[in-house]
Amino acid sequence: MKSAVVVFPASNCDRDAAVALEQVTGQKPAMVWHGESELPDVDVVVLPGGFAHGDYLRCGAMAALSAVMRDIKAKAEKGLTVLGICNGFQVLTEAGMLPGALMRNARLKFVCRPVGIDVQESQSVFSRKYESGQRISFPVANGIGNYFADAETLDRLEGEGRVVFRYADDDNPNGSLRNIAGILNEKRNVLGLMPHPERVCDPLLGGTDGRALFESLFESLS
Amino acid sequence: MKARVFVTLKNGVLDPQGKAIGHALNSLGFPGVGEVRQGKVIDLEIAERDESKARASVEQMCEKLLANTVIEKYEIEISP
Repeated sequence: MKSAVVVFPASNCDRDAAVALEQVTGQKPAMVWHGESELPDVDVVVLPGGFAHGDYLRCGAMAALSAVMRDIKAKAEKGLTVLGICNGFQVLTEAGMLPGALMRNARLKFVCRPVGIDVQESQSVFSRKYESGQRISFPVANGIGNYFADAETLDRLEGEGRVVFRYADDDNPNGSLRNIAGILNEKRNVLGLMPHPERVCDPLLGGTDGRALFESLFESLS
Repeated sequence: MKARVFVTLKNGVLDPQGKAIGHALNSLGFPGVGEVRQGKVIDLEIAERDESKARASVEQMCEKLLANTVIEKYEIEISP
């Protein structure tokens, strides 16, 4: 499985994502600067966490317009697998590749701690190594992670099995509607999630619950 | 021409910052303050002399970048 990680100005989880990918696939991902007009030939691209362009205007708004995103959007329409984590999720919603938007946390605070996550859907290239209903723990680190979409969109996401990760009922850190932590696009090849699976891929970092996400990709795309 | 764009959250979208401002005003001794909604103002200078063309162009800017129309609405004022 060949992978790439996009680096935007002020991405800060790009190297964490690269380490997680290399540990699971045995191959270093290509690190791709946001100004590149073409993504190399890869099976999966990760849009990492951070504060691309300083979160100016809105989180992800500028990054969504970058040269490499135009190519990623075109390739995703043809089936390229795209994983957006935290700021990467915000970029995907701003680019119109996922529905809804991420808003300021309901209690206005930046929240940085492990949260309970329920895997809702194991039928995806991102989650097949988990079991539906499994309770895991991923850290969140966001101030603007409050998922919003209109009721019709939320019903559709739920009805089509596109809510892959939900915050545990009593552990919603940001006020996300229906406890949504991660969603798929209609074709199920694009996933965006606010929590950080790449930060829990090594026992030294306090957990390994994120590893199965990268292993799912490896198994699906190799 | 000059354009002023007001970007605010759509009705029905929770505005926690507006709520916090409302609470702060209440605690400062302004008990009559009801709901507070906050937004942003963007001022633009545009090299265009025709008002309707300027408006059309700013509308495009709002749709493409200045507002996220999933959660925000915008109003445009044009002046010479």
